[in-house]
Amino acid sequence: MSSELIKNKFRTDRLPHIWCPGCGHGIAMKALAQAIDNLGWDKKDVCIISGIGCSSRAPGYMDFNTLHTTHGRALAFATGVKLANPDLKVVVVTGDGDCSAIGGNHLIHTARRNMDITTIVFNNNIYGMTGGQYSPTTPTNDFGTTAPFGNIDKPFDICKLVEAAGATYVARGTVYHANPLIKLIEKALLNKGFSLVDAISICPTYYGRKNKKGTPVNMMNFLKDKAIDVKAAAKLTPEELGDKFIMGEFKNTQEPEYTEEYQKIVDRFKKER
Amino acid sequence: MKNREVKLMQGNEACVEGALAAGMTFYAGYPITPSTEIAEHCAQKLPLIGGKFIQMEDEIAGMAATIGGSLAGLKSMTATSGPGFSLKQENIGYAALAEVPCVIVDVQRAGPSTGLPTAPSQGDIMQAKWGTHGDHPVIALAPTSVKETYDLTIKCFNLAEKYRTPVFLMLDEIVGHMREKIEIPTPDEIEVFDRVRPEAGDENYQAYKVEEGQLVPPMAAFGEGFHFHVTGLMHDDFGFPSNDSEIADKLLRRIMNKISNNVDDIVMYEEEFMEDAEMVVLAYGGTYRSARSAVKQAREQGLKVGLFKAITIWPFPEKRVRELTSKAKSILVPELNLGQYVLEVERVVSDDTQVISLGKINGEAITPNEILAKIREVL
Repeated sequence: MSSELIKNKFRTDRLPHIWCPGCGHGIAMKALAQAIDNLGWDKKDVCIISGIGCSSRAPGYMDFNTLHTTHGRALAFATGVKLANPDLKVVVVTGDGDCSAIGGNHLIHTARRNMDITTIVFNNNIYGMTGGQYSPTTPTNDFGTTAPFGNIDKPFDICKLVEAAGATYVARGTVYHANPLIKLIEKALLNKGFSLVDAISICPTYYGRKNKKGTPVNMMNFLKDKAIDVKAAAKLTPEELGDKFIMGEFKNTQEPEYTEEYQKIVDRFKKER
Repeated sequence: MKNREVKLMQGNEACVEGALAAGMTFYAGYPITPSTEIAEHCAQKLPLIGGKFIQMEDEIAGMAATIGGSLAGLKSMTATSGPGFSLKQENIGYAALAEVPCVIVDVQRAGPSTGLPTAPSQGDIMQAKWGTHGDHPVIALAPTSVKETYDLTIKCFNLAEKYRTPVFLMLDEIVGHMREKIEIPTPDEIEVFDRVRPEAGDENYQAYKVEEGQLVPPMAAFGEGFHFHVTGLMHDDFGFPSNDSEIADKLLRRIMNKISNNVDDIVMYEEEFMEDAEMVVLAYGGTYRSARSAVKQAREQGLKVGLFKAITIWPFPEKRVRELTSKAKSILVPELNLGQYVLEVERVVSDDTQVISLGKINGEAITPNEILAKIREVL
């Protein structure tokens, strides 16, 4: 039941949230809360950390240990929290600009270390908080307030980026496919290592208006129509795939986890003492 | 009582030993000359005591992880030099506003930019005060010897924990790379202050509420059962963001006042030859060593010169400097920059006090003879 979830996992006195009508972020935030609830984790053991931007307001609404940091640096703060107390289940909520532009260095290095941190990217292809500038995931030729003649940058595929960097669980979902998104986040949370779920969200106010994407309903339908599951996509030729984007689980492996490896060094000296 | 251990030690190493004595169990940083030995010693020592060391991907991350470590309950430190100190500034402001205790060591080298990486400087004095944006409290200490580096690192942690604020240890390449004899105090000689924590299970805990008689809000660690929020936005007593101008005003004034109302507790200085001094030499950090030698020689030559060592450089020991210059006619400030700290002296002394700046920026230390020559020129 949603209302029970809200009562138990949210700071109801801090609601309503600041997001615009039609924004997809509320669905992504609820998916995270639902996934934590499904796993039965104690609130005191969960630490949710964010950077700056629309996405990063989520932890303030969530009734856990919560930390709202500086722009792009959530993963670096999270690294400190997790290393200092590996018993904490550390989750980072970030946006496309926050994690792949200003925080890009921290993203690839946290993935490389395979530290047990779960990152949920609320990816809406735009800097929403500052009013609609193009981000590293804005498609080429799309418009932003700083790309008035069309974006000439090539976008990042954040999933491929962190897969290559060493993440051990990588998946993509959308805020239209809410229930599958919850499952992907659950699996990401359970992975002992660096996990990332690229949660494709929508920004009707800035990205949508600037790019004539219609109403929030139109934008949700776009996610419904254009997203294709990774297994189904595997059976298609590039021509058949066309302009669809792939969601689902891309990587799920086991590699040594950073804080466990660190503890092994500590234990070695404990024995020698 | 156990005997004190006597060692030959480098300044940077003494910093780590002092930090460990103060209870540091978390270090995050990025390699940079001339501070790197601090990271190396932490990497060597921390795992042995179950502490945490991590080399981060950049200076910004080093500062961020240090704050994260402190929020998870550990006494945390990072170290850097000029270029890295610049990079850390945004997150230092975060620690100031979110009131996260931590120690930042800056082993100053000649700048600006990459400058002279292996050469000493005191060019970051004003960056320590104004480096991050917005009004914020600053505590900074500057050691003049290896032993003082050890002692002041402990002091930095104690001040950070007591006032819930980032504290700077402003080393310079002279002291950081100097090797000297040091007598390590025994544990019972060392005073250690730990942050005040809320009572376990306090259901009314408000992460940023200061009760009557409290200096700072008691600080819980993540994972202890208090579901509190920490942000770099202006925040209410619960720690939640607020745009309310009254709340913002009250918060920032409280954070500034916790330092400015306790200057006497924080400010440390030493004086010598001051009784009849017509001139005062005010020095700090590595330059103090040359200043002391120069003043001793001047005294031998019958010149009435006093020596003031600013141990706490921020807050500026304003009251005492004003008192001294009510008697002395002039004050000389030698420093490894083109006149930064001297601006504070000019600010507080009366108009009829002659303030003389002796700056050097070529990467070499100021020699006793250079200071002595200046003294003779004036007296």
